[in-house]
Amino acid sequence: MFDFPTGLTFHVGNYVSDLVDWLTVHWKTFFDGISNGLLWVFSHFNDFLIWMPWWFFVLVIFLLACQFKSVSSGILFAIFLILIGIFGYWDEMMYTLCLVISSVVISLIIGIPLGIFMAYSKRFEMIAKPILDGMQTMPTFVYLIPALFFFGLGLIPGVLSTIIYALPPVMRLTNLAIRGVPEEVVEASLSFGSSRWQLLTKVQIPQAMPTIMAGINQTTMMALAMVVVASMVGVKGLGLEVLTALGQIDVAKGFEAGISIVFLAIIIDRITLAISNTFQKK
Amino acid sequence: MTLKMEIKEVSKIFGPHPKKTLRLVKEGKSKEEILKKTGHTVGVERVSLDIQEGEMFVIMGLSGSGKSTLIRCLNLLNRPTSGSILVDGEDITTYDRHKLKKYRQKKIAMVFQHFGLFDHRTIIENVSYGLEVRKVPLKKRMEIAQSSLETVGLKGWEDKYPNELSGGMQQRVGLARALANDPDILLMDEPFSALDPLIRREMQLELIDLQNKLQKTVIFITHDVNEAFKIGDRVAVMKDGKVEQVGTPEAILENPANDYIEAFVKDIDRSKIIQAEGVMIKPNALVRLKDGLNVAIKEMKSNGLSSVYVVDKEMRLKGLVTIDDALEAKTAGRSLESIMTDNFEIAAPDDYMQDLIDKAIQTKYPIAIVREEKLVGLVPRAIVLSSLASQ
Ligand SMILES: Nc1ncnc2c1ncn2[C@@H]1O[C@H](COP(=O)(O)OP(=O)(O)OP(=O)(O)O)[C@@H](O)[C@H]1O
Ligand SMILES: [Mg+2]
Repeated sequence: MFDFPTGLTFHVGNYVSDLVDWLTVHWKTFFDGISNGLLWVFSHFNDFLIWMPWWFFVLVIFLLACQFKSVSSGILFAIFLILIGIFGYWDEMMYTLCLVISSVVISLIIGIPLGIFMAYSKRFEMIAKPILDGMQTMPTFVYLIPALFFFGLGLIPGVLSTIIYALPPVMRLTNLAIRGVPEEVVEASLSFGSSRWQLLTKVQIPQAMPTIMAGINQTTMMALAMVVVASMVGVKGLGLEVLTALGQIDVAKGFEAGISIVFLAIIIDRITLAISNTFQKK
Repeated sequence: MTLKMEIKEVSKIFGPHPKKTLRLVKEGKSKEEILKKTGHTVGVERVSLDIQEGEMFVIMGLSGSGKSTLIRCLNLLNRPTSGSILVDGEDITTYDRHKLKKYRQKKIAMVFQHFGLFDHRTIIENVSYGLEVRKVPLKKRMEIAQSSLETVGLKGWEDKYPNELSGGMQQRVGLARALANDPDILLMDEPFSALDPLIRREMQLELIDLQNKLQKTVIFITHDVNEAFKIGDRVAVMKDGKVEQVGTPEAILENPANDYIEAFVKDIDRSKIIQAEGVMIKPNALVRLKDGLNVAIKEMKSNGLSSVYVVDKEMRLKGLVTIDDALEAKTAGRSLESIMTDNFEIAAPDDYMQDLIDKAIQTKYPIAIVREEKLVGLVPRAIVLSSLASQ
């Protein structure tokens, strides 16, 4: 009486499974192409990061911070990095960073043009907006599920779901920023006989840049969050260290790996914010 | 005079089905009726205007009367729903994308109410924008932009950003940007409305000066009657998307076509439109320098004047003598020159009555109107005051 009737069952999972099977068979070359392309970019970039002497990387971050923020934050960030190294997570950090940077770059390559297209097309905006809104309310690990279907466990589903998860902010803010350029300014540009391309590149994008930069910052932070979560599907890096520490109830290791993530997050956030602020000043 | 632009029966209707709605306009339905029935707004309704080369043509009307809609048709920021616009004999409404670009690049430029400057570019980069779009080489466009900036008096501000400048200066940048393209036609949509009154007056005078120098065809929009009548060679008055009257300021003032226009020009501030030239009188009496004291006294007495201006034989203004001083000097045996004073006010023929008010209060003698040092007329105090009152 109080239990849910056991006779009332119906499984949709089988159909989805069939569909996925069909797709993976018939679209094999497509998925393999994506997979191989991503792997190539990723492994070369990671090799480069690991090949870099550790002090050189610390120096680069220090100089970036000095340039865009202040000497004191430069020193602070350098200490953070050295601490991560002392904890023994240098390579893991580089791996995570590599994932974040490559996902962000790909997100921007896709997201900015889509955002611009959204600003130009009312219809596309109407379709895209609710989807973007929905994406933002979903829990992060939900993003892993479709990627898992097509690519199994490992790096590629992690990167793909990171790209998709990090896409909305930059797309949304690019759209907003382009639409936010005052009508009169756009008309001024047109009144001098600008082509669409000139209007976009000489006026709309530069005017939208501060807001787009804010979007890039948000996208980067979301990518970092997702890369950590992606350790659940077997992506290596700092996230996996936390996960294994949790599994072994190893508080000391968990703390060190966790604080390393926090350090990395602070460094990435502050530097991208500071860079985006330089666009705001004018 | 040659015809520069011919606007023929231009209408602009906003809404999803403008062409269909046009039929209702042709049937003579009013703007409100059409809006109620179809949800379409009639922005401009069958406007025809001829604009001459080198003319300062002002379009005036209340807010919502369709001024912006009309002027934006002239560079096709708005596509007219019907009608044609001939510029130098070519119908621009038939232009394809390429020809339209060329037309906007070469023939016509616009100055905007809120300046429409590019915040992310320096002043000189703003001014050279039109040249950049035309792919003029960098060095050349910087030269042109520089001289354009100098024309509007902004030398030294090249590397600042727009938000570092005051409103008046920003609009000068807007003007310099338009001029840098060396267009035949300059469109100005309420360019001075966002400026405070003092700056606005200054800009109006500068525009008039500039126009005398450059002789562009200017189409200028304003909702301010005083501004319209002050700067316009001809003025078109718009109401509800239609042109109600076109003519010179004087003609409209003298003969308002209907009650609407009469009401419009009633609260016009005449002191800002009437120039000294229009009210000055020929001097009743004048004394030459060589005439001497006795002639001066005789002139004043026979004309019942208490003072008289002294000029040389080229009519150059030398000074003023009063009857009291003259009589005293005669008994003392002094000369005419020794009693001449410069205790009087002078003004130029194209000064507005507004500027003469203060002077009329300062002095008890008529104001001398001087062009290139020569005395051309007098404006007695009473005339200054009465010209303000008269309707
Ligand atoms: N893009 C548009 N879409 C719909 N209606 C418009 C559009 N632009 C103007 N209108 C309407 O057309 C009419 C004329 O507007 P317009 O802007 O030309 O007036 P205006 O004389 O320039 O007024 P103002 O002095 O306020 O600038 C108004 O009723 C306005 O609401
Ligand atoms: Mg307007």
